[in-house]
Amino acid sequence: MRELDKKALQAKEKNAKLGPDIDLESYDSEPVPHDYVEDLGSLSEAEKKRMILAGVDAEEKDRSGTYIQKDTAVLHAGSKEEGLEVIPIKQALREHEWIKDYYWKLVSVDTDKYTARAQLDLHDGYVIRALPGSKIIYPVQACLYLEKEGLSQNVHNIIIAEEGSELHVITGCATAAHLRQGLHVGISEFYIKKNAKLSFTMIHHWAEEMMVRPRSVGRVEEGGLFLNNYICMRPVKSLQMYPTTHLVGKGAVARFYNLLVGSPGSEMDVGGRIFLKETDTRAEIVSRAITNGGNIIARGDLIGEVPGVKAHLECRGLILNGGSIHAIPELKGEVDGVEMSHEAAVGKIAQEEILYLMSRGLSEDEATSTIVRGFLSVDIPGLPPQLKAEIDRAVEQSDKDVM
Amino acid sequence: MGVFAALRNHARCFTQCTLDDEKERKMLQIEDLQVKLGDKEILKHIDLEIHPGETHILFGPNGSGKTSLLMTIMGYPQYRVTGGKILFKGKDITHMPVDERAQLGISMSYQRPPTIHGVKTRQMVQICAKGEVDVEALATKMNFSEFLERDINAGFSGGEIKRSELLQLMAQDADMLLFDEPESGVDLENISLIGNTISKLLQRDFMVKSEKTQKERRKERTKMGLIITHTGFILDYVTADKGQVLYEGVLVCTTSPREIFRTISEVGYEECVRCVS
Repeated sequence: MRELDKKALQAKEKNAKLGPDIDLESYDSEPVPHDYVEDLGSLSEAEKKRMILAGVDAEEKDRSGTYIQKDTAVLHAGSKEEGLEVIPIKQALREHEWIKDYYWKLVSVDTDKYTARAQLDLHDGYVIRALPGSKIIYPVQACLYLEKEGLSQNVHNIIIAEEGSELHVITGCATAAHLRQGLHVGISEFYIKKNAKLSFTMIHHWAEEMMVRPRSVGRVEEGGLFLNNYICMRPVKSLQMYPTTHLVGKGAVARFYNLLVGSPGSEMDVGGRIFLKETDTRAEIVSRAITNGGNIIARGDLIGEVPGVKAHLECRGLILNGGSIHAIPELKGEVDGVEMSHEAAVGKIAQEEILYLMSRGLSEDEATSTIVRGFLSVDIPGLPPQLKAEIDRAVEQSDKDVM
Repeated sequence: MGVFAALRNHARCFTQCTLDDEKERKMLQIEDLQVKLGDKEILKHIDLEIHPGETHILFGPNGSGKTSLLMTIMGYPQYRVTGGKILFKGKDITHMPVDERAQLGISMSYQRPPTIHGVKTRQMVQICAKGEVDVEALATKMNFSEFLERDINAGFSGGEIKRSELLQLMAQDADMLLFDEPESGVDLENISLIGNTISKLLQRDFMVKSEKTQKERRKERTKMGLIITHTGFILDYVTADKGQVLYEGVLVCTTSPREIFRTISEVGYEECVRCVS
């Protein structure tokens, strides 16, 4: 821990490579106490409503476990299933020696001032682990909720899918309806072990003046599968993230799906980077961005380091009503025998498509919204129906806002 | 004939006549229509009437304006009407938006419809039917069930596009049906399916042992059709009342479709040139 602190201290002033700089001192970081909630039903209706928007169901229907953090405090953490652990990270650091093998092992603590802050001033976060061979069919839900105005919420999450296990996680970040300003710093480390499967779906539901700096890295071993879905369709002042995954075992697969809607005043810089380090690994990054006034940078980076890998990058953007989309797809093949491709397109809705739908009886607005919804509805193979439904709901909601 | 019988006869005629009038009011009427695409005049002084129950076949060489005429009737805004008017069901629809025309009862089967990513064929059929529809049953009829979960028109072959278009028109159930080369790109296996479906959509299919006579059914026919054909294959399946030849934006000829097709097959559009000049 000393070592980590030392490294973090050195990176305290280190600006991130991407995204506008944030003055960390202008945010309050003092702990905000909230009582632990045994019964999720006792959350206030307003909170439940906001959490539902981010995919978290207080009744835990069709969920195998829950983690809820409000501001800096853990409200609830628990597993409903054998073979699944849901533990607050501070508790894990106190009670379990094994967590040290995962904590800051993928993300470097001195990456930038945000990682440094998550070490030096950690509030909490979750550790979700599927034990070897456990098939956790229902998703685990996690919510990082922000209520206190001007707070910097610093969290660190670790997800481990042990050998042969299957785990689905939906994590929502949401803010109270009244909240305007805040900062969210979130470290996430994903371990997908041999023949394990992890789907991680993150739905962000921020406020207009929120600054968001997630830092995440995943590692997939032989025969493992990592599905990483990110959905952000609500206003946010500045969001910058570039999640990275290393495919280190033969036949490992990673798929990233990003759905972004940029509202006026929003700056989003969202990427995905996958290193293919072993033969027969596969990677796919699919990004869909719509702007109706915001500025979006959609990055993608695939690096093929050994022969016999396949990777594809697809980036589509729609400019509906002002704003900009900057698609930056990158491919790097370092040896013979890699198969890598990308396609990128940025444009407006084709008039021809609108008229086609109108000739089937839809009004112009209905036609436009049908096309937008279609644009955002990406088929994600391997995603459980409950999560598909959550994504559809987020798309439905954003459609109302975009129109 | 007794007095009562005569009266009854008169009454029947009266009802029948009003019915006919009623029916007639629903026709498509194009008067002196002039259309520009960009700066180019592509349709010149078109006059055309399609009465309820009638189907017309539209012939013409490439670039003569056939598709433009259909797109203008459907209301595509890039086809700018610079003169004349289009009436449908007694309403002046010359400047009516596409969706309102669709709601009024005009539909079209396109030759090259756009792909819309993320919009499934199933959804399109539901949109056409405005909700309640047995999509599976319709798709089975069109031998198209396996395409329902695919994005509309994405990677469809020529023939698949035609089947998809007809499936949508079946769901839409409009009064006026425009077909842009419905048989192009269709393989032999499916050509009769396409032909017979169009025939049915236009209430022109032959029903064996129907309760009504063919004559009665013809009389009750209300659907109007305008079909562009290049090959004439469609004439083997769909009976039509009239043939029209469009040549360089001018409707030059109206007569029996069979006769036109025969002339074109024999001498090409050379003969039309003589009528234009």
